[in-house]
Amino acid sequence: MKKFQAWSAKWWDEEGVYSALHAMNDIRVPFVRDILMSKSDHHDVGCPLSGVKILDVGCGGGLLSEPLGRLGAAVTGIDPLEDNIRTAILHKSEDPVLDKLIQYKPCTLEEIVEQNIESFDAIVASEVVEHVNDLESFIQSSFQVLKPGGSLFITTINKTKISYILGIVLAEKIMSIVPEGTHDWDKFIPPEELERLLESNGFVVDTLRGMLYNPLMGSWSWFDDTSVNYAVHASKTVRQEQTSDIDFEKEQDSPKAAEAST
Amino acid sequence: MLFPACRLALHSVLGLNSSILRRSLISSSSTVYDVVISGGGMVGTAMACALGSHPYLCHKKILLLEAGQRKAYDYLPEQFSNRVSSITPGSATFLASFGIWDHMCSMRIKPYKRMQVWDACSDAIITFDKEGLEDIGYIIENDVITAALTKQLDTMSDRIDVLYRSRAINYTWPGPHPDGGESGWVQIQLADGQKLHTRLLIGADGQNSMVRSTAGMKTVQWNYNHVAVVATLQLSEPTDNNVAWQRFLPTGPIALLPLSDTCSSLVWSTSPEHAAELLEVDDETFVDAVNSAFWSSEHHSEFISSASSVLRSVLSLLMPSGTSARQLPPSVSGVGKKSRAAFPLGLGHATEYVRHRVALIGDAAHRVHPLAGQGVNLGLADVASLLSHLSSAAFDGRDLGSTRHLLAYETERQRQNLPIMAAIDLLKRLYNTKQPPIVLLRTLGLQATNAMTPLKEQIMAFASK
Repeated sequence: MKKFQAWSAKWWDEEGVYSALHAMNDIRVPFVRDILMSKSDHHDVGCPLSGVKILDVGCGGGLLSEPLGRLGAAVTGIDPLEDNIRTAILHKSEDPVLDKLIQYKPCTLEEIVEQNIESFDAIVASEVVEHVNDLESFIQSSFQVLKPGGSLFITTINKTKISYILGIVLAEKIMSIVPEGTHDWDKFIPPEELERLLESNGFVVDTLRGMLYNPLMGSWSWFDDTSVNYAVHASKTVRQEQTSDIDFEKEQDSPKAAEAST
Repeated sequence: MLFPACRLALHSVLGLNSSILRRSLISSSSTVYDVVISGGGMVGTAMACALGSHPYLCHKKILLLEAGQRKAYDYLPEQFSNRVSSITPGSATFLASFGIWDHMCSMRIKPYKRMQVWDACSDAIITFDKEGLEDIGYIIENDVITAALTKQLDTMSDRIDVLYRSRAINYTWPGPHPDGGESGWVQIQLADGQKLHTRLLIGADGQNSMVRSTAGMKTVQWNYNHVAVVATLQLSEPTDNNVAWQRFLPTGPIALLPLSDTCSSLVWSTSPEHAAELLEVDDETFVDAVNSAFWSSEHHSEFISSASSVLRSVLSLLMPSGTSARQLPPSVSGVGKKSRAAFPLGLGHATEYVRHRVALIGDAAHRVHPLAGQGVNLGLADVASLLSHLSSAAFDGRDLGSTRHLLAYETERQRQNLPIMAAIDLLKRLYNTKQPPIVLLRTLGLQATNAMTPLKEQIMAFASK
């Protein structure tokens, strides 16, 4: 974790070391927006996430918190590194609109569970779980702070030979798209394993999509193959007694998902 | 056309009140605007109306700055104004999409169904029309366009702030990624001492754009040493008057654009000396000069005429239906009182349309010769393109001033503007000479093009976007 401190001031340079993360907003923001909009009846397209409470875990400099705030969401961004949080606070406080909607705290997910039981509509953990030591406890904490039916969005890197070559050899060592030492291949997670962990901890996975980075154009697109980068959306299952909120169960189409929810 | 005067008078009274209200609103707050548009001409006001109509942008704070007075009619003047624009069907559709077109139709527009362009040195001719006599364009007074836009803007006073008679005296630009101390927004200092901040500044402040020059954006430009003389003309007798006429004289193109059954608008590009003379002479001499510019055959050469008539017979053998008949322009009998005026012509193109938190639209980005009637249409196409990039940026939660989507706007527009500007410049140069080889080449080229209907359809489709 210490290794991030060196470059946290560079978070907001769109052409700098985090350019790939800036560019990823082009697909991850619409991903979060469209799923959250499909879950609610209110449709003000000028402010599509207004009233939605989102927890951005591992928010870094606030690259994803700010666009979600601009869409009207009340965002809490957390990150264990104080330098990141300082960068994020400085950046959002210049903007009077974002300043009101976003708050940042230097802490881990586990540290805020107790005060925030069932308080968020959605959690985003983008390019974070591949840095987490205990993924199962991370998922359990997410479950606790989400409202029933709430959404967990994860983007991460698969554990395959090609992800090793592209993610570490090419991206870190040859093209320097991300700084060297950012990733530890042993912590990469295959989508099947992530799905299994989510479903055994009370989530229903309803979306799994591959993501493709084009380093020449500096742009991301959706892709059929999940062997390098991928995005997951999972919903926290609704408690049995709440029979009025069965919408999410209707959406399940895979038999595996239905099994896990019962 | 029913009682336009009544309606206009009413809305001008309302508009006056709301502009006073707005002024006090702005000075009381220290907000950051999402978009400030500098320049409330046709293109800038259209930009404001377009942004104000888009559902994705409905909560954005938008401000229009205009140095002049609010321009709306208390009543529709009987005499036509001498400054007119040709609006393509594509532009008309775009204006209709946010309610402007209906306002224009209720004031005064003149559709035309045919365009005839011919060469004074050979009478080689090209005509454009659409099957079933559809409209191929509209001649509209600039004052009518501005009044219609202002009328629409008045209905958006809850969404869009307008400051008339406001003058920016300085802009301060943010660095690409400011650290701490200094503001990350564009700061606009007004002559009355107010300071405004915005996430995105749109420069719609015309060919001598101050936004462009203070941002240090370079332009390629030259003067044609040409002046356009404009006037409102009365026709000798009423006609359908649905043809736009343009004749290329060796001194420059002269165009007669329909306004009504009895009136047309003149745009005559010529040398500054000749222009000064045309403004000086009495009405009768002026009318004679216009008529002879359209009718005289003093520039003909026998060799080229015979070459051209050979080609014409060959073409009519090959494609009997291809070449359309020559029509004669109406003759002019009078000129509207005080309607004669002149303005200089030139070409200009900004090498970049955008920077971090700045974008240029309309004449601030590109200025063309009026001979192809493209000026306002290119500006409105900028508005349409920038609108689509900004609205999708807003829906994706992006910072509206971010270079990422502004560059996409620049690429899209330069790809379309540059070929059009190059073509207009080429036409202007090609027809600005009496040199026999060039005259022969352009004569044969124009006739061949005229005979090839598919090619003409392509040109029309491209020019009427």
